[in-house]
Amino acid sequence: MTTDARGTAALRAGIPGRLYVALALFAIVGPFLWILTASFKHPIAIYAGQFPFTPTLDNYADVLFGRRSDFAGNIANSLIVAASSTALVLVVGALAAYSLHRFRWPVWVSAGFLGWTLVFHMVPVLTLLGPWYVAFRELDLYDTRAALVVTHVTINLPMTVWLLRAFFREIPPEILEAAHVDGCGPFDAFRRIALPLALPGLIAAGILAFVFSWNEFPIALTLTSRVTATVPVAIARFAQQYEIQHAQMAAASVISTIPAVILMFLGQRFIVSGLTLGAVK
Amino acid sequence: MLLNRSFRYWSLLPALLLFAALTLYPLLNLVRMSVSTVAFANGAETWTFTPLRNFAALLEDDVVRPAVVNTLVFVGVSVAIEMFLGTALAIAVAGLSRAKRLVRTVAILPILVPPVAIGSMWKLMYNYDFGIFNQAFVALGAMPVNWLGSTSVALWSVIAVDVWHWVPFVFLILFAAVEGISPDLFEAAHVDGATRRQTLRFVVLPLLRPAIVVAFLFRAILAFKVFDEVFLLTAGGPGTSTELVNLHLYKVFFEQNRLGYGAVLSLAVIAAIVAFLLVSRRVALAVASQK
Repeated sequence: MTTDARGTAALRAGIPGRLYVALALFAIVGPFLWILTASFKHPIAIYAGQFPFTPTLDNYADVLFGRRSDFAGNIANSLIVAASSTALVLVVGALAAYSLHRFRWPVWVSAGFLGWTLVFHMVPVLTLLGPWYVAFRELDLYDTRAALVVTHVTINLPMTVWLLRAFFREIPPEILEAAHVDGCGPFDAFRRIALPLALPGLIAAGILAFVFSWNEFPIALTLTSRVTATVPVAIARFAQQYEIQHAQMAAASVISTIPAVILMFLGQRFIVSGLTLGAVK
Repeated sequence: MLLNRSFRYWSLLPALLLFAALTLYPLLNLVRMSVSTVAFANGAETWTFTPLRNFAALLEDDVVRPAVVNTLVFVGVSVAIEMFLGTALAIAVAGLSRAKRLVRTVAILPILVPPVAIGSMWKLMYNYDFGIFNQAFVALGAMPVNWLGSTSVALWSVIAVDVWHWVPFVFLILFAAVEGISPDLFEAAHVDGATRRQTLRFVVLPLLRPAIVVAFLFRAILAFKVFDEVFLLTAGGPGTSTELVNLHLYKVFFEQNRLGYGAVLSLAVIAAIVAFLLVSRRVALAVASQK
C-alpha cells in the first residue's frame, strides 16, 4: 500500500471530490435501505408513507409461508438451476478454454468459436427466445428446470471461456511440458496441474455464473410457468398483478438480493478480478 | 487411458455441441421462421411458407419506429452519463487516502443484485402516491411528478435507473485502471511541477483511454440488452414512450404470438449488433492506438 500512497496520492481529492464520493455512496446505498425498510412495513404504513413505523415480519412470513405464495418453491428452483448450471458451465467452459489455449486448433475453429461466443454474448437473448421456446416445446422440455439449466449454461459460457482462457494463459508452458515429459497424459495434466493453478479463475467464473443464473429473468419468464418459475419471475408477478402487492414485492426483492450480498463480502476479490479482467484483457 | 488419448479432440466438443444446438440451430430456425407463419392449434404447430408476409408486417408496425428511437436515446444518454460519472468517481476515489476498499465493496452491490429487484426497488421509489421522490417534493411544497406514468418523464426515469445501476461498473473498470498507473509517472509529473489538474489532464486521462474505450463498448452493448428493469417499471408504457426494441420483441413473440414476424425483428436486431461490433472494433482500435 505504500507505493499506492505515493502514486495516486498526487490525485489527492479536495473537498468537492470527497463530497462527490460521499454522495455516490449514499446514492448507491439509499435505494437498498428504502426497499429494506419498506419490506418491514405493513402495507398501510407503506401507503401512508409513515416514518418512523412499527416493524413487522408479516411480509416475509406472507411471501415465504403464505398459502397463496409459491415463493419457497421459487427459491428452491432458482438455487437448483443456478447451482447445476454453474457446475456445468465450469466443466464445459474450462475444457473449452484449456483446449483452445493448449492445443493447436485450426484458426477457423478457434477464432470462429471465440468470435461466435463474443457475438452471441452481445446479442440480446430475447432474439433467440422465440426459437428456444419452440424447440423446448417440441422436446417436451418446456416448463422444466432442465431447459433453464441448459440455456443458462449457454448464456454463461462465453464469459466463462474468455475468463478461464486468460487464467490458463498465465500458466507457464514449461510446467505442462515437464508433466508431459514425465509421462503425464494430456487429460491428467489438465486435471492435476492446469485446473488447480487456474483455481482463482474458476472461483471468479463460478461466482459470476451463479449470480447471473440466479438473476436471469427473460429466459425464466418465457420458458417456465407456475411450477418451475424462479425468484425473478415471482417478483415480477408481484409487480405485475392487477393490484401491485408492494409489501410482498419488497420482501421478495430483499430476499432475492441475499446471494449478491453474501458474495459481495466473501468473493469480492474474485468478482473484481472477474469483472475487470474480462473487460481489460 | 482413453480420456487421455483423445483429450485434445473431445475437450472442445461439449462447448461446440452446446453452441451448435442452442445458438446456431436456433439462428437457422429464425431464418426459417422469418419466411413462415407459425400457428398453434391443439398443442401442435403448423408452419406455412409465407415468404413476404412477415416483412410486410415490419412496414406496417407503428411501434418499431418509437422503439428504435427510444432505444437509441436510452443507450446514448445513459451510457454518456455513466461514463462521465463513473470516470469522475474512479479518479475521486483514487485520490482518497482511505475508504477505497469500502467504496469498491459498495459499488459491487448494484452489479450483482437481480435487475428485477432493482426494478421493484425503483418502482417503489417512483410511486406517485407514496414514493420517496414525491414525498420529498410534497414536503418541499412542490407538485408531485408522475415519474413512470407521464409520457414526457417516463423515459428519463428509466434512464436514471440504468445510470444508478451501471455507474458502479464503469467506476470499477476505471478505478482498476487508475490504480494500475505506475507511481513513477505521478512522481515525474510532480518533479516537473505539474499541478493536480495538469496531472489529470496530461497524465491520467491519456493513460486511461484504453480502459475508457473498453468500458464504453461494454456499456453500449449491455445497455442495448436492457430488458428486466424496464419490463418491471413501465413495460414500455405509457403508450410507446418507454418502448424499447427488446420489450417489443418480447411482446411480438410472447404476447401477440407472432413467431414469424418476431423472427424478422430478431434477425434485424442481430444484424444491427454485428454491424455495430464491426464498426466499433475499427473505431476502438483507432482510438486506442492514437497517441
